[in-house]
Amino acid sequence: MAITRRELFSKVAKAGVPAAVAISVGATQLQAETIAVPSAAVGLLYDASICIGCKACVAACAEANNTPPDTRGDALHQAPSDLNDLTRNVIKLYKPEDGSAFSFVKRQCMHCLDPACAAGCPFQALHKDPESGIVNWTAEECIGCRYCTITCPYHVPRFQWQGFNPRVTKCELCSHRLEKGLKPGCTSVCPTGAVIFGPRPVLLADAKERIQKNPGRYYQNRVYGETDNGGTQCLYLSRVPFEKLGLPELGPESVPARTLRWQRRFYQYFALPAVLYAGLVQVIRKSLKGHEQEAHEREKETGLRAQL
Amino acid sequence: MAKSNPPGPGTIGDQLRAAGVSRRDFLRLCSMIMASAPVGLALTQHKSLAQIASVIGKARRPSVIWLHFQDCTGCTETLLRTSAPDVAHLILDVISLDYHETLMAASGAQAEAALQKAIADNAGKYVLVVEGAIPAKDDGVYMELGGKPAVKVVKEVAEQAAAVIAIGSCASWGGIPSADPNPTGAVGVDSVISGKAIVNLPGCPPNPYNLLSVVLEYVTMGKLPALDEFGRPKFAYDRVIHENCPRRAHFDAGRFAAAFGDEGHRKGWCLYKLGCKGPVTHAACSTRHFNELPGVWPIGIGAPCFGCTEKSVVWRMGTFETVPIHLATPPETYPPIYSAAGQIKVGAAALVGAIAGAVGGATWVASQRFQSSSEAGVARVNVDRAYAEKLKSPVAPPTEKRPLDKKED
Repeated sequence: MAITRRELFSKVAKAGVPAAVAISVGATQLQAETIAVPSAAVGLLYDASICIGCKACVAACAEANNTPPDTRGDALHQAPSDLNDLTRNVIKLYKPEDGSAFSFVKRQCMHCLDPACAAGCPFQALHKDPESGIVNWTAEECIGCRYCTITCPYHVPRFQWQGFNPRVTKCELCSHRLEKGLKPGCTSVCPTGAVIFGPRPVLLADAKERIQKNPGRYYQNRVYGETDNGGTQCLYLSRVPFEKLGLPELGPESVPARTLRWQRRFYQYFALPAVLYAGLVQVIRKSLKGHEQEAHEREKETGLRAQL
Repeated sequence: MAKSNPPGPGTIGDQLRAAGVSRRDFLRLCSMIMASAPVGLALTQHKSLAQIASVIGKARRPSVIWLHFQDCTGCTETLLRTSAPDVAHLILDVISLDYHETLMAASGAQAEAALQKAIADNAGKYVLVVEGAIPAKDDGVYMELGGKPAVKVVKEVAEQAAAVIAIGSCASWGGIPSADPNPTGAVGVDSVISGKAIVNLPGCPPNPYNLLSVVLEYVTMGKLPALDEFGRPKFAYDRVIHENCPRRAHFDAGRFAAAFGDEGHRKGWCLYKLGCKGPVTHAACSTRHFNELPGVWPIGIGAPCFGCTEKSVVWRMGTFETVPIHLATPPETYPPIYSAAGQIKVGAAALVGAIAGAVGGATWVASQRFQSSSEAGVARVNVDRAYAEKLKSPVAPPTEKRPLDKKED
C-alpha cells in the first residue's frame, strides 16, 4: 500500500498533535497542592461546651464593626435570625426535640486556609491576607456577582440586598482592631472564655489539651477546623455532633481544591476533549455527507450548480 | 393550729397594743412581709394588707427557743441590726422569744432553768431556731452546754418542738466550721435530728425577713412553706441571684470588671469575672434588701457574691474562681442552626408563572409564523425546478436573474 508524502504528513499531524497535547497536559500536576498555612495565621477557638449563650459577643461584634442594630425579622431589637448584611457574628441554638443535650454555636467566618469565597471571586474582592490569613473583602474590587455567597460551604458571606451600592458582609476578624493591638470584639467580652483569639497553632494546641484533659467530653475528641475543608483558622470544640451545629463534614480536602481536581480530571490526558471533538467531527461529517449527496442529485436533475 | 394553743402567750395583736406599737407600724411590717414573700406563702395570698394584718394580729405569739452552737452570732446580729430600730422591736414583739442565749440576762444554772421552763411551758408547740453548726465528731466532745454535748442538747430540745428552723449556713449544713478539714465534724441540724419538719434558711447571714415569714406562716396558717431539695423555703430560695441582679444588663452586654478598682469596677460593671457566684446561688438578696436599704449586700457594694447559701459553693470554691453557669433549658429566642428559607408567596409565584406563560406563548406563536426547515427546502427545490423548466422551454431564456440569487442580493 503506497502512501503519498501528503498523506504521511497528514496522518502524522492527526495522531501526533493530540498525543503531544495529551502528554503535556497529563504530565502536569493533577492533584491539589498542599495548602500552606499563612506565616502568622490568627484565628478563634470556640468551645461550644462552655458557651452560655449570653450573646455578649453579638453585641460586641456590632459595636466593633459599627453596624446598626438589626430590628428586622420579628421586630426585636438586635435579634437577627441568621448572619446577614448587618450581622457578622451570631449565636445560634441547637435544641433537639427529644430533650437531649442542647448546644449553642457561634457562627462567623471560618477564615479557611483555602477559602472557597476567594476562589470563586472573579476579581479578588475577597482575598486571603498572606500573613495573618484573614479573609478580607474589598469594596473597590467587588462587582456584586455574589459568587462568594454561593461558593462558601458555610454560607458565611452575605449580600446586602437593599441599597444602591450594596456590600458583601462577613467577619473580617476585626482587622481594624488588630491593627490597633486590640482583640476582636467577640473575644474581648466573652465572660466564660468560650471564644478566644490567638495564633492558630497556639489555639490548636490549646484545643487538643482540652480534649486530652477531658476525655469523652468532646465530640469525636477532635477539633473542627484542624483539617476540615482543608483546615480553617477558626476552630471549634463541641459536645454535640458538628453537623448539628451547622458545620458540615467536608473532609480534609478544601472545596476549591476538590473543584479544581475535578476540573483537571476533565482535561486529564486530553481524553475528554478528544472524545468530544471526535464525536462532533463525526456528526458534522455525517450531515455534510448527506447534504453533498442530495446536492449532487439535485444538480443532476436540474442541471444547476449545487448550493450548499 | 395557733387557735388550739390556749396556754401559750397572748395574740400578736394584744402584745403589740400592750407594747404601744401603732397600727401604722404594724401595717408597715405586714407590707414588708408581703414584699419579701409575694409568692410561695399561703399567708401572703390574702387579698389586702388589712386582711393579712388581721390574720397575724389574731394569731398567738409563737414561742421561740433559740439555740447557739458553733456560730459567730451573725444571724442574731442581722436580726437585731435592722436599720430602723422599730423593726427589730416589732419582730421581737411578734414572736415570743423565750430563750435566747445572746439576748437574755441570765447565765449559768439560771439560764439552764430558763431553757427547761421554756420547753415545759410550750411542749410540742414551740418553734426551735438553731444557729450554728453542731460538732458531731468524737461523740460531740468539742462543744458542751451545761455539761451536755451539743448533739445531745439539740436532740433534747428538738424532741418537744413543733418545728425546727435552722438559721444561717452553719445550722443548715455546717457552714464555716465544716470547711476543710472540718476538725470538729461540724454538721447541720438535719444531720443530727430526724422525724421533725426542718426548714433551712442558709445565708451568711440570712435575711431576717425570711425567718419572720416562715414563723408567721407557721403560726397563722399552721404549716411550713414549700421547701426545695435542700430544705430551703422556695419563696425565698427559688431563683438565683443572677436572674434579678441589678448588674445583669452589664453581663448581657459583656461589660465585666476585670480587676478590683479598674474602670469597669468603678463603673459598676458585672462582677462575674472577679468570681461572682451569683449565677449558681439561690437566694433573694437581689430582690429583698438587707436592713431595708437597697444596695446593702455584696454585689451592691462591688464585691462578688460568694455563694453563702450554697453548700457546694461557699468555703468550697475559690473566692475569685468563676463558676460554671448552669442554664435551664434555653428559650426559643435564639436563631435555629438552619434558618427557615423564605416562603414563596402566591403573588410572586403568579407573576413568575405569568411571565413564563407569556414567553412560552410568544415562542409558540412565533414558531407558527416560520416555515419549518423541510418545508423551506421543498419550496426552494420547487423554485429551482420551475426555473429549470423555464430554461428548457423553447421560448427565449428569461432575462431576469434566478429568483433565489435575486433574493440573496
